This record gives sequence, structure tokens and C-alpha cells, in this order.
Amino acid sequence: MVENRPWLSFITHLVLIVGVVIVVFPVYLAFVASTHGSGDFLRGLVPLLPGPYLIENYGRMLTEGISTAGAPPLWIMLSNSLIIAIIIAVGKIVISLLSAYAIVFFKFPLRMVAFWIIFITLMLPVEVRIIPTFAVVANLGLLNSYVGLTLPLIASATATFLFRQFFLTIPDELMEAARVDGAGPMKFFRDILLPLSRTNIAALFVILFIYGWVQYLWPLLVTTESRYYTVVMGIKRLAATADTEPLWHLVMASVILAMLPPVLVVIFMQRLFVKGLVETEK
Amino acid sequence: MQTKRTIFPNKLLPYVLLAPQLAVTLIFFIWPAAQAVKSSFEREDPFGFRTTFIWFENYTRLFSEPGYVNSLGKTAIFAVSVTLLSMSLSLLLAVAVNRVLKTNRVYTTLLVWPYAVAPVVVGILWWFMFNPTIGIGPYMLRGLGIDWNHRIDGTQAMILVVMAASWKQISYNFLFFVAGLQSVPQSLTEAAAIDGAGPFKRFWTIVFPLLSPTTFFLLIVNINYAMFDTFGLIDATTNGGPNQATNILVYKVYADGFLGLNIGSSAAQSVVLMLIVIVLTAIQFRYVERRVQY
Repeated sequence: MVENRPWLSFITHLVLIVGVVIVVFPVYLAFVASTHGSGDFLRGLVPLLPGPYLIENYGRMLTEGISTAGAPPLWIMLSNSLIIAIIIAVGKIVISLLSAYAIVFFKFPLRMVAFWIIFITLMLPVEVRIIPTFAVVANLGLLNSYVGLTLPLIASATATFLFRQFFLTIPDELMEAARVDGAGPMKFFRDILLPLSRTNIAALFVILFIYGWVQYLWPLLVTTESRYYTVVMGIKRLAATADTEPLWHLVMASVILAMLPPVLVVIFMQRLFVKGLVETEK
Repeated sequence: MQTKRTIFPNKLLPYVLLAPQLAVTLIFFIWPAAQAVKSSFEREDPFGFRTTFIWFENYTRLFSEPGYVNSLGKTAIFAVSVTLLSMSLSLLLAVAVNRVLKTNRVYTTLLVWPYAVAPVVVGILWWFMFNPTIGIGPYMLRGLGIDWNHRIDGTQAMILVVMAASWKQISYNFLFFVAGLQSVPQSLTEAAAIDGAGPFKRFWTIVFPLLSPTTFFLLIVNINYAMFDTFGLIDATTNGGPNQATNILVYKVYADGFLGLNIGSSAAQSVVLMLIVIVLTAIQFRYVERRVQY
């Protein structure tokens, strides 16, 4: 800080506190709602202080779900989300590491073509090509399976670029030394490149785990059996019970449970999260 | 394109290494995209027996359809409002966090986590807060004499989705602005302070211009986000309604294709969206190249 201005410091803190309130308030409200009984939502205004039904509501959602809304118990959906997020994150990292390695450490015909094919994936988000992609997955018989839920999302241009960028900074001498000592390409990859990429892999894992967890449209299209529902898409079904007012306390309990895992990842791995976010966007 | 000075001599291995990524890309990205382009030039008879090649008829029909023109307009309003609202709030918060010394870690932690909340969950949170019967938003607005019901009022529905979408994006913009602010040299602001420039003048004449690479980058990213990543949010809050008031392009593509089963029109819409992403990505990458020299 250049000079001391008490009034400006006061305004600074005021701005930040208002900002934090804006960011936290919607979630606070959801949490409060999740601790009340069903009768508390009939009086025309949501309660603003926590009620006594916390354990009951969360327990019911985790173990039973709401069968009338076609929603399985939440623990099934939560574990599906976890499985899918991990498969997507690990899959993206593995195939991106391999392709970045091929592009940086080898010269071969069609190298540029391969690079551009990977690059193009940046320009084709699922949302813009849903119907034909759905048709491909349906024709391959992958609807209602973990493969169908994850495989089509697993290509990653950003991860490939990140690793390419990082590999280019590794000194040539390292590889020359490895070759002199008789290490082949896979040994060099496994024993030298992988250990060096550890932080990058971890940072990327945080970002990609979140990416996998928050997927909505794709799981919505490829799953019709409730045992493959992910929590993010399952919530929408709970909230959209037509004709009746939703069971707010139970919907909000699931909302809190659905956002908790990725939010905790961000909070506890903040350093890696920021690194991953800033570097993948370069 | 850059490689290493020394490389491995293997001929077959690089193809093996690239195979998984290329296979996924070709099967699930390139092939479907090509299919979308193809069927955007075709018409399928109602029973799916025969398809005829019809040149640009799907496109001309699309752009003369009032629903689509409306959707283009709504998308533009939505994207611009979300970008402006979210970026200005985030810049304000980033500048503030950059001023405080001791507590900035705490504030940062409290501000960044919405990045991890799924758009559809964001939609449900705001839908709950502004529920016309029990929400706290409408309750407070009634005190001000405003009757809130986004199920009927298109403008209010748009305001709701803009607020929700901006809320989610604050954390992302905030982090990038903080990173940008930290790279502004302290010596410049100090020199300006010695010359007698106050904090506001310093911000507008020195800090803000130096932030312009970050601002421009975020501008593109935010437009991209508002146009393509908000599907779940719209689906949870308004379903594109009332009366198409929040039916943005990416929602309409889904609604027409999956619910309306209009394959030709939906394919043409997909192609238009692809062109928009391609333009945005091209702008983004041109800019990244320039930033390297900057």
C-alpha cells in the first residue's frame, strides 16, 4: 500500500464484506432451509435461522431419497458422481500426458495434423453437438453405462497444451543424459517426466475433478436408469416435481450435499486450484 | 511447431501414444460435428425413411423464424449483462482484496468457492431465493412495492438468470483480476503517488490500463461462459420461459432437437453455435499470442 488512508481502508473492508455476503447468502439460505420440517414452508416466507431437522433431513435423503420423484437415495448418486469425476479427471490426464509426450519428444509425419485435431476439440463443446453425439453413443450401445457417461468427455485440448508447454521447459540435457545412460522412451517418460510433472498433474486433477462433477447435460441425456444418475442431474429431477410445490427442505439438503465435495476440494486445495485454473487458461 | 532439439527416433511409438486421444476426438467430437453439418443441409421426411439435400433451406428458414431471432437477441442481452455485471463486481472485489494485507487470504477463500458449484445447482439456489410464493427476494421487493413473479414477467425472468449466472462467475473473474493486479509494478503506483495522484486517479490512469490484457481475456471467457455453460442454470430456473424470454441459443438447440425433434433445424442451430465458438476461440488465441510479446 502506498499511503495510509483510514477511510479508504474502511470502504475496502466494507466492499469485501458485502461481496462475501452476496456470495455466501444463497448457500446459507439453502442450508437453513435444509434444516427445517416440511411445514415451515407454508407460511409465506422462508425461515432465516436454522431449524432442528438437520440430521433427519440429511439422513432421509442419503438413505432413502424421494421415491415419488423417481430419485434414488443420495448416496448412490453421490458415489456415481465421485466415480465419474475421478474417471474423467484421471482419463483426461492420462491421455493428455501421452499425447503431449508424443508431440514434444518425437518427430513424425502428420504431427501437425494430430495437433490440430486435438485443438479443434476446444471449439466443439458438448452443448453445440448434442444430438449427433448422443446418436453415436446410442449406436455404440453405451447409454446407461459409466463408459458412456465418461468416455465422450475425456478428450482434452487444454490439458494437452498445458503438458506440452511444461515439457518444452524441460532442459534437453536431461533427455540426452537419460539416453546416454541407455533409457528408452518409456523409461524416460515413467522415471523422469512423470515425477517432474507431479505438481502440474495435481493442479490439473483439481480442476478436472470439478469439471467432471458439475457435468449436467451429458448425464441427463445418456442415463435413464436411476442407478446411473449423478447427483447434479438427480437434483433437477427432485426440484422439478410437476404440479406440487417441491419438498424444499429435502431438495435443499441434496443441494448442499451435491455442492459440498467440489467446494471442499477448492477450499482445502486452494493453492493447487488457483495454479490449475490460471495455467490451463494460458 | 516447436519440439525438442534431441528427439527419440521411434517411428511407431508416437502414433500409439496419440491413439487414445485421437480416437476419442474423432469418434465423439469430429464425427458428430460432421454429422451436424451434414444434416443441417438435409430434410428428413416425418417417418425417417428418406432424406433430401436442400442446400441452405434449414438456415434461411431458421433466420426467418421469429423464435430464433428472438433467441439470438436474448442471448446477446444475457451474455452482455452477465459479462458486465460479473466482471465489474469481481474487479471491485479484486482491487479491494489487493489493498488489504493481513486478511486477504481469508477473503479470497470466502470468495472463490462458487467456482465449484454446478450451474444447475446455482440455478436451483436462485430459483429458491426468488420463488414468488416463499422466496426472500420477492418478499423484500414487495416491501418496496414491486411485485416479483418471474414465471409471468419476462424481464424479471431475464434479471433472475443474469444475477444467478453472474454470481457463479464472480469467483473466476476475481482470481484472474487478482493475478493481473499483482503483476502491476508497485514502482509505477508509488511514482504516481509521489507526483500527487490520489488512489482513484492512480487506478484509472495506471492500474486499469495495465490490466487491459486480463480484462480482454476475461471478456471473451465470460461471453463464452454465458453462451455455452449456462444450460443447466436456465434449465433449473426458467426453462427458457416465460414466453421464450430467456430461451438462449444453447437451450433452444436442446429444446428443439430433443423435445421438439426437429433434426434439420437443430443441426443448423448447432452449426451456427459452432461458428460462434470458433470465432471466440480464434479471438482468444490471437490475443494470447500477442500477450506473450507484451
